Amino acid sequence: MRLLRGRDLVCQQAVELVTDYLEGTLSRSARRRFEAHLAGCPHCTEYLAQMRETISLTGRVAPEDLTPQMRDEFVDLYRRWQSEQQ
Amino acid sequence: MSRPVSWRGRRPARPILAVMDSDGELLGRLRSGDERAFVGLVERYHEPMLRLAASFVPSRAVAEEVVQDTWLAVLRGLAGFEGRSSLKTWLFAICVNQARKTGTREHRSIPVPDPEPVVDPSRFDASGGWSAPPEHWIEVAEGRMKAGKLADRIRSWIDVLPARQREVVLLRDVEGMTGEEVCAVLALSDANQRVLLHRGRSRLRQLFEDEFREVR
Repeated sequence: MRLLRGRDLVCQQAVELVTDYLEGTLSRSARRRFEAHLAGCPHCTEYLAQMRETISLTGRVAPEDLTPQMRDEFVDLYRRWQSEQQ
Repeated sequence: MSRPVSWRGRRPARPILAVMDSDGELLGRLRSGDERAFVGLVERYHEPMLRLAASFVPSRAVAEEVVQDTWLAVLRGLAGFEGRSSLKTWLFAICVNQARKTGTREHRSIPVPDPEPVVDPSRFDASGGWSAPPEHWIEVAEGRMKAGKLADRIRSWIDVLPARQREVVLLRDVEGMTGEEVCAVLALSDANQRVLLHRGRSRLRQLFEDEFREVR
């Protein structure tokens, strides 16, 4: 792979910068090169959109429900603990 | 004329959290001995903690013990919790500490290795441009998610990520914690946290592509 230099950014390098880009940790010049690459590359634009979508979908995974039995166990745990406090 | 920008709805609020009080209120209720507040907390965090603990210990059974111990430690520690971190960060930090005390994962102390490519190099040509560009899947995946048919799948994908990637993805992207909070909970440097996040997310993206390419 070539070094990140000038306008040389290629797709294979761009995909490695996506998280740093989204985290806002790219240097100003690297960010400019990344955005310049995206402007001319529909595939990397799609790739970035897919990474954003991946984050969005992952963030919508709610915890699985406790079973009623487990819920009862935690109520018991709590009551035991409380009675020990008194 | 500029219209006021609403930030509501931009926050990825999860249903159970939306009905729950803020950390401060919840903490107050917990300290005053509100059993429902505690059960609410367990309902919200038990399963995520199990997932996190499971990446440190050899079996599901041990992970369950770890999380039981975590809840006891939480009850014991409530009075002394000063709120310097968010309640969530505090809970997960206790969980990780309990898991570390119990766990014997050898690679725990091994530093993050040099990054490997996150996209199969065979998808690029000699000049580094895409030869097999990403296939579209966003709309199909959205449809599945809205139909309630994707969450289980995503959980199972997260569970097969390498342990350290899994820990970071769970806390950052499922739980919505900040990078700083995750570094504190997992005792990671910021750079390593980002490398693990990058690999974990990239792997999940590939799994979405694999899954929904077949459907088309």
